[in-house]
Amino acid sequence: MENNIIHYCNIKNNEVFLDGKKLYSGQEGDQFLDFIKGVYKNFELNYPKFYKMDPLCKLAITASSILLDGIDQDIDPDMGLLLSNKSSCYDVDVKHQDSISQGEESYASPANFVYTLPNIALGEISIKYKLRSENSFFIFEGFNPEFLIDYANSMTKLRKSSSVLCGWIEVKENVYNAFMFLVKPEAGLAFTKENLLNLIE
Amino acid sequence: MNLPQNNIPVYVANGNCVTPLGLNLLDNVQGILDGRTAIEQVKDENLQKEPFYGAVINKDWLEKAYSKLEYNGDFSTLEKMMLLALDDIVKTYSDHLDDKCGIIFSSTKGNIDALTQDNKEAYFLHYLAKKISKAIGIPSEPIVLSNACVSGIMAISVAKRLIQTGIYNHMIVVGGDLFSKFVFSGFQSFQAISSQPCKPYDKARDGITLGEAAASIFVTQNRDLISSESYYEVIGDSSINDANHISGPSRTGEGLFQSIRNAMQEAKVKSPEIDCISSHGTATNFNDEMEAQAFNRVALETIPVFSLKAIYGHTLGAAGLLETVISLNFADKNLIPPSLGYKDHGLTLPLNINNEIQKKEINTVLKTASGFGGSNTAVLFKKCKSDGK
Repeated sequence: MENNIIHYCNIKNNEVFLDGKKLYSGQEGDQFLDFIKGVYKNFELNYPKFYKMDPLCKLAITASSILLDGIDQDIDPDMGLLLSNKSSCYDVDVKHQDSISQGEESYASPANFVYTLPNIALGEISIKYKLRSENSFFIFEGFNPEFLIDYANSMTKLRKSSSVLCGWIEVKENVYNAFMFLVKPEAGLAFTKENLLNLIE
Repeated sequence: MNLPQNNIPVYVANGNCVTPLGLNLLDNVQGILDGRTAIEQVKDENLQKEPFYGAVINKDWLEKAYSKLEYNGDFSTLEKMMLLALDDIVKTYSDHLDDKCGIIFSSTKGNIDALTQDNKEAYFLHYLAKKISKAIGIPSEPIVLSNACVSGIMAISVAKRLIQTGIYNHMIVVGGDLFSKFVFSGFQSFQAISSQPCKPYDKARDGITLGEAAASIFVTQNRDLISSESYYEVIGDSSINDANHISGPSRTGEGLFQSIRNAMQEAKVKSPEIDCISSHGTATNFNDEMEAQAFNRVALETIPVFSLKAIYGHTLGAAGLLETVISLNFADKNLIPPSLGYKDHGLTLPLNINNEIQKKEINTVLKTASGFGGSNTAVLFKKCKSDGK
């Protein structure tokens, strides 16, 4: 059986949606960090490590938690993770770069540096959900539904994973858009470019 | 889990690399045969007041080699390294660079220095990828894989999978990362930089030495295209996360163990059939010990293992690819490269560290890598001979 989209979650423009249903609206004019903290509290994610994370990991852990906690299915222990974005981990990169560009005052913080790789977001999701599974992080100029379809399908066809949590997790200087979706070879919405483009809108 | 049957065979060929030891594969292999290392004492007060050890490319040398290529436009140091690494593949396969030929870039930080420069666009990894794809004439959308220190070897695995499921006929894989203040200062803040040229698996190891490099390889399902005498089939691959810690490996080597086990199951290869292991071997206490745990759990403790980190330093997103290219070229010659810096066994479990160049018939090579975010990758390669076509 072909993969279908089983569930999806969007976080964008100050709002959170699960399977297209709006679950939360932030305060008008919220900056990203205030907004995502509001989401974290509203959904009672209760995962204090959240506060140490860089913006990319905060967005990724929030979107994946809302999706995975909000569905009535067990998580496959070999569910693969396939994330992508445009700006890598730009905000924390700038923070680390600033900290080492202060001349005599330069001081690199290990707590920042550890987040200066985009795939740390995969590590955080894997730790929270105890997923010893396939995972990879890709960068494109914009949301690339064709690639996510091709690669997620190759992961299940080649039996590397029985399901795949895919996503576009983009955040840069208060502009953010998270779209995560679970695909699996069972009944659901057709895993097509058209559907993905509609769902991220 | 049932493994798929009758997968399309996928081959790698025409590897190349650009490192401080040489700007092409031949010079690199000769350098290693001559017992050289790219690691030197570096004096750069912008990075550290006291001299430190690193593997840094001579930029005059790079400019001179690059000036012989015929690309128009301004390219950064890293882009020039990648273009040099790609030159042979682009020329050899120029008739096949169509829309069924994909390209994957592996890099952790790309043009990270752009953060301090005027052209901020250059920071973005897709910008670098598009620029290079356009220069060499690849029409398909470039794919960038940024998965910490496993990126380079994982890129070969991704290429294999996309070819096996019919998305592409061929893929070019290119990886690169620079020696940057960004990364150096970060590892310093972790107190992970070695005070000496790094010593993987040795008792006196005290951390990593950083390096810079670019490397490339051609991945194809069509072995008739391959001109070289020896080439390799990618017979198994897996990348399993530790789900343990974002900046330290699992103490039991769980993710690496599972990655190797899965790759061996797919390849239907048993431990004694593996002829050598090109490991990650960063020379941090935790990494090397973790690898010893994982290799012992799959009964590989007697198989010759080598880390190339004491020759090239840790080249981040290029490392897995560079080390594959070197390892396979040595396998062509039935040689195992030396794991420099190893004298006294510094692990709680046995491993057969190959610290001198050794002659051995090599048919099956295991490449592994592990990195931040709990990432691990294992890929198995099997030698093919052109007379077997």
